[in-house]
Amino acid sequence: MLTILFDGLAYGMLLFILAVGLCVTLGLMNFINLAHGAFAMAGGYVTALLMNRLGVSFYLCLPAAFLVCALIGVVLERTLYVRLYEKTHLEQVLFSIGLIFVAMASVDYFMGANPQNVILPAGLQGRIDLLGASVGIYRLFVIVICGLLAMGLQYALIHTRFGARLRAAVDDGRVARGMGIDVARIFTITFAIGSGLAGLGGALGTGILSIDPAFPLKYMILFLVVISVGGTSTITGPFFASILLGVADVTGKYFIPSIGGFIIYTIMVVVLILRPQGLFVRGGSK
Amino acid sequence: MSASHSAQDMQQTLLKQARWKWPEILFWLALASLYVLFPSKLSLLSEILILALLALSIDLVLGFAGIVTLGQGAFFGLGAYTAALMGKWGMGTAPLSDPLIGLIGAALVSGLVGFATSFLVLRGSDLTRLMVTLGVALMIEELANKLKWLTGGSDGLQGVLIAPILGNWDFDIFGKVSFVYCYVVVFVMFVIARQFMHAPFGLSLLAIKGNPLRARAIGLPVNERLVMVYTIAAMMAGVAGALLAQTTQFASLDMVAFHRSADALLILIFGGAGYLYGGFVGAFVFRVMQDVLGNITPQYWQFWLGIVLLLLVLFIRGGLLGLLRHLRDRYAPNLMGPPSSSRES
Repeated sequence: MLTILFDGLAYGMLLFILAVGLCVTLGLMNFINLAHGAFAMAGGYVTALLMNRLGVSFYLCLPAAFLVCALIGVVLERTLYVRLYEKTHLEQVLFSIGLIFVAMASVDYFMGANPQNVILPAGLQGRIDLLGASVGIYRLFVIVICGLLAMGLQYALIHTRFGARLRAAVDDGRVARGMGIDVARIFTITFAIGSGLAGLGGALGTGILSIDPAFPLKYMILFLVVISVGGTSTITGPFFASILLGVADVTGKYFIPSIGGFIIYTIMVVVLILRPQGLFVRGGSK
Repeated sequence: MSASHSAQDMQQTLLKQARWKWPEILFWLALASLYVLFPSKLSLLSEILILALLALSIDLVLGFAGIVTLGQGAFFGLGAYTAALMGKWGMGTAPLSDPLIGLIGAALVSGLVGFATSFLVLRGSDLTRLMVTLGVALMIEELANKLKWLTGGSDGLQGVLIAPILGNWDFDIFGKVSFVYCYVVVFVMFVIARQFMHAPFGLSLLAIKGNPLRARAIGLPVNERLVMVYTIAAMMAGVAGALLAQTTQFASLDMVAFHRSADALLILIFGGAGYLYGGFVGAFVFRVMQDVLGNITPQYWQFWLGIVLLLLVLFIRGGLLGLLRHLRDRYAPNLMGPPSSSRES
């Protein structure tokens, strides 16, 4: 039982790292970027390529995936996304679906349709006993890294000057601009960090998620669920939402496999009906 | 000017707008003439008509009422399964296997589910609606997958037998009867949709789309109208699904899948939302493009579709019909009556 909880926790943490960038950009620019999963896929592929073709160590692949995806993020944001902020939600959705299609087909063309396999370093294989439960070392590694990242993000958001500006911009972009805060620049940086984190999540998750060309569409739905449950104005909201969903999904699939993906969809619809602004939102904002 | 006078004026204007114009008549005649011109492509043409009907149903909710939906494919699938199951249980004899009764059954089931879920889209922003419709569609897809005893699961539903139409015309392998059947049904559905949208009902939807708060303030029953149009659109999508199931004598998970909703939405946006004809134009271009590009690079059709989408959003607002209208307003403002309309979003 504890083992399952633990697996759920690892899955949820991973989900948080993957989705947090999307939540913040949505809250900041009110921009729906369904193609966020494509960045995570890119991260996964960077890892697979570096490790399998060039023999780079897994630990070095993680920062590499972060940097590559952050870079892609900046370029796309400056060239394409910047034209879309003023458009309607529908157009943003269509645009990002178009991007997903292009990304999926390109990956299919260059890498083939098969899932990429990555052999984890020996240090991450095997299981250890923790609090009476048998726990995979790799999952423990995922939880530790994601936990540290989450704490780091929360700290940066609350205690740094950049974090304060970001919060101001999310709460009321127009006033923040009036106060002399360069919202567009903050957004570019946030977008880059968010994309980078998604890439890092994709790289970290190579052992849990399957990295294949269908990735962006498959996980798009999960990201949307995280947003709808967690809200978009904080980091803690999506964090708890991800963990809730991760645990619910893994335990659900373990105990009642016949209902499969039903649980998370049900959670999402119920939450949207009861709390359209998200489950963990402090009332009022937006 | 007295109140009754202006009301009369209004009625005149509405009636004038609702009159069939010659390009419309020409369009439907051209559509019918395809039967003679491309006898070898009839099944493709039937499929285009069915896609167009699905896109038309989205046009009602999106183009007129302004509800963003990513879940219309669910109603399409429900209709398909209903018609297929009725055909299977009826063993190819009337009344259950009768195609027209199948259509009605499909419309009822889809309409019922549409009505039940319509209350979910009343609240929240675009994003919430998007996710709720998507969530409902995914739940229905998952349901169709899991209820193996009923739907055949991932193997699809086989053994669907459809009785001859009106007890007279049996479906042939060349798809001749199918095409005529689809044409007639789609035309009837189109006339119904057109009638609704040119009635005050359609105008009230446009008002709600324009500004829900003001619409409520001038006394429009906003929620009731939205529930109604959502239900009607669900029924229409159900009929489209039933047409596909009946003409192919098969129903599968593919018919409820997410990509149905996405494709249909793309088709509509491609053709232009809010014109009623957008779905038809879009479906034609979409399927022909798919055929041509699919022949060159079968796997990477998705890539070109993505590129087209990107260009569409960046450069062409309002789809192909929007582009046409724009060109007309610019270069030949006196052609085809006065320009402008409140249809622009």
